[in-house]
Amino acid sequence: MLRYILHRLLLLIPTLLAISLVTFVIIQLPPGDYLETLMTELQAAGEKADLQKLEFLRTQYGLDQPLWVQYWTWLTGLLRGDLGYSFEYDRPVSAIIGERLLLTFVVSLGAILFTWVVAFPIGVYSATHQYSWADHALTFLGFLGLATPDFLLALVLMFISFTWFGVSVGGLFSPGMETAPWGWAKIVDLLQHLWIPVLVIGSSGTAGMIRRLRANLLDELKKPYVVTARAKGLSPGRLLVKYPLRIALNPFISDIGNLLPEVVSGSIIVSIVMSLATTGPMLLRALRSQDMYLAGSFLMLLAVLTVVGIFLSDLALAVLDPRIRQGAGRSR
Amino acid sequence: MRGPATLPMPAAAGRPLPREQERYYLASQRRLIWWRLQRHRLAMASLWFLLALYALVPFVEFLAPYAVRARHADALYFPPQRLHLFHEGQFMGPFVYGHRMTINMETLKREYQEDRSQRFRMRLFARGEPYRMWGLWESDLHLFGVEGGGTLFLLGTDRLGRDMLSRIIYGARISLTIGLVGITVSFVLALIFGGLSGYYGGTVDLAIQRFIEVIRSFPELPLWMALSAALPARLEPVLVYVGITVILGVIEWTGLARSVRGKLLAVREEDFATGAVLMGGSPAYVIRKHLLPAFTSHLIVSATLSIPRMILGETALSFLGLGLRPPLTSWGVLLSEAQNMNAVVLYPWLMVPVVMVVCTVLAFNFLGDGLRDAADPHA
Repeated sequence: MLRYILHRLLLLIPTLLAISLVTFVIIQLPPGDYLETLMTELQAAGEKADLQKLEFLRTQYGLDQPLWVQYWTWLTGLLRGDLGYSFEYDRPVSAIIGERLLLTFVVSLGAILFTWVVAFPIGVYSATHQYSWADHALTFLGFLGLATPDFLLALVLMFISFTWFGVSVGGLFSPGMETAPWGWAKIVDLLQHLWIPVLVIGSSGTAGMIRRLRANLLDELKKPYVVTARAKGLSPGRLLVKYPLRIALNPFISDIGNLLPEVVSGSIIVSIVMSLATTGPMLLRALRSQDMYLAGSFLMLLAVLTVVGIFLSDLALAVLDPRIRQGAGRSR
Repeated sequence: MRGPATLPMPAAAGRPLPREQERYYLASQRRLIWWRLQRHRLAMASLWFLLALYALVPFVEFLAPYAVRARHADALYFPPQRLHLFHEGQFMGPFVYGHRMTINMETLKREYQEDRSQRFRMRLFARGEPYRMWGLWESDLHLFGVEGGGTLFLLGTDRLGRDMLSRIIYGARISLTIGLVGITVSFVLALIFGGLSGYYGGTVDLAIQRFIEVIRSFPELPLWMALSAALPARLEPVLVYVGITVILGVIEWTGLARSVRGKLLAVREEDFATGAVLMGGSPAYVIRKHLLPAFTSHLIVSATLSIPRMILGETALSFLGLGLRPPLTSWGVLLSEAQNMNAVVLYPWLMVPVVMVVCTVLAFNFLGDGLRDAADPHA
């Protein structure tokens, strides 16, 4: 087991390096840099751009260096926990991202929990009652969740939440609560606002999870040991829980790898629609204004979050399923 | 054709088979899949629905009652117009009433009332705004329209008074094709990289698999956002379209490439592949004739299930203002105008494009599901 963990940890290093390189390339793709954006903005506003100041900023941020030097500075900074400096906010990136990343994490976790809680009973029911009308109806509902664009669902739920429950629309907190220090009242307030994004983001992954759980369970139920157990007189409920269900549960863990990128994507679009103080709106802005270090560090952190999530889910899977430990080293 | 190889015993014994059975035993793999698919009613319905939709794509200019950019300044935010059949108890055939606009002085909202004194019959093959069909000839024939002086906004109009139905029909052209073009791009990439990876194995395989893993660890929407932010703002619409399809394909191909590689590795070990090699088949011949056909059906299933993800992706990007932008009209572009609460509450008909998106995505998913069941002999 220890060998397996070590092996996976070692594999993480080149992966993360490659991710940082890809991120940097993507961030550099748009022509020009933030200072040029700034200059055109200033000129459009009729102000005279202070060329000397711009030149000073350019050297200050190292924008006049060759690309690979910029990459190296950024990478070594990342390793020391220095995420760079946001041009637009005029503050260190880490100061801006911190809380937003935490909220993104909370929303994503909620969405995954939602997916589990909804997919588990539906998947088990669908498999044990295959081709019943309830199976068809539930499957259809799952597909509907998959097919509905996230932003539409968010809009509709916001509307419902406002007209029926009178909860303020948009944001993760009531007005006035945002700046309040963390405490019970604030957490309760967060939970009151959290259900919409969680439901919206969770709904898109639920259909897939239901399908996989249902298919896995159906496969297991057809196996001879189930017939044997039934012939020996084991009650249906006990029989189901004893083995087939436990094996069929693997996708719940292994799918975190697929679910995480999806959830993060979902959280971005939902938070833009609902103006949540998570990471979505900021990334969009940073990408548009070419706030290089903000967008780059951010994309990098999202990717790291995903990679670590996948790593953890692989570990959990190895603990759960001895077959995977045996084949250690093979990729997911 | 590789039916005869699976002939069952009775034929070998020389006894003639019943017709039905013979047809079954001699059927090609493709035909078997088709037969199994036909039993899947939901998948068949989805297939016909999609075929009908795609059949409309070349003829949008003719099908839409108005041109895509035609503005009606006197009918902004016009709610969907009702078609009537009877006027004061008398059958008239389909027609619409005229309308009067008043501005509600309290809410400043435009309100439209039916003006029952004016009636306009609906016409099939009506003359309307001129357009150029496929850039070849001028025409002003539309599938349906309304008598001169009347308006026909079956799904209402938007903030510039543009007919929503026409815009949805025009949007179908881009939204439906973007998935197809995108999947073609990713299919080619997947075949090349997955093929290389699965065929050569070793270092090439390792490098390609690591690369795929790196791409897959980015959440797709942020990656799409970052890439489309790199498209210059003043790009030709056609190039924007191409750019967006390529961007949508960037992530999608990795999944396909993986299944190509996985299948290739598995099938390579099968007896029939070894047999083909032993009989002196060249690698290209073995791959093309024996390995590829063994998993084409799987690839088609994966592709069918990828298309709806691309359509949704385009919708999401356009909605964020990073994807296609006017003058291109796609369902996502249409929806980006309906992104606030105002639209939901006051002008709900602006959300109609969503119905099209949902139906199309559902149909693709059902079809893919049905195909998977049909292609898998163990199902």
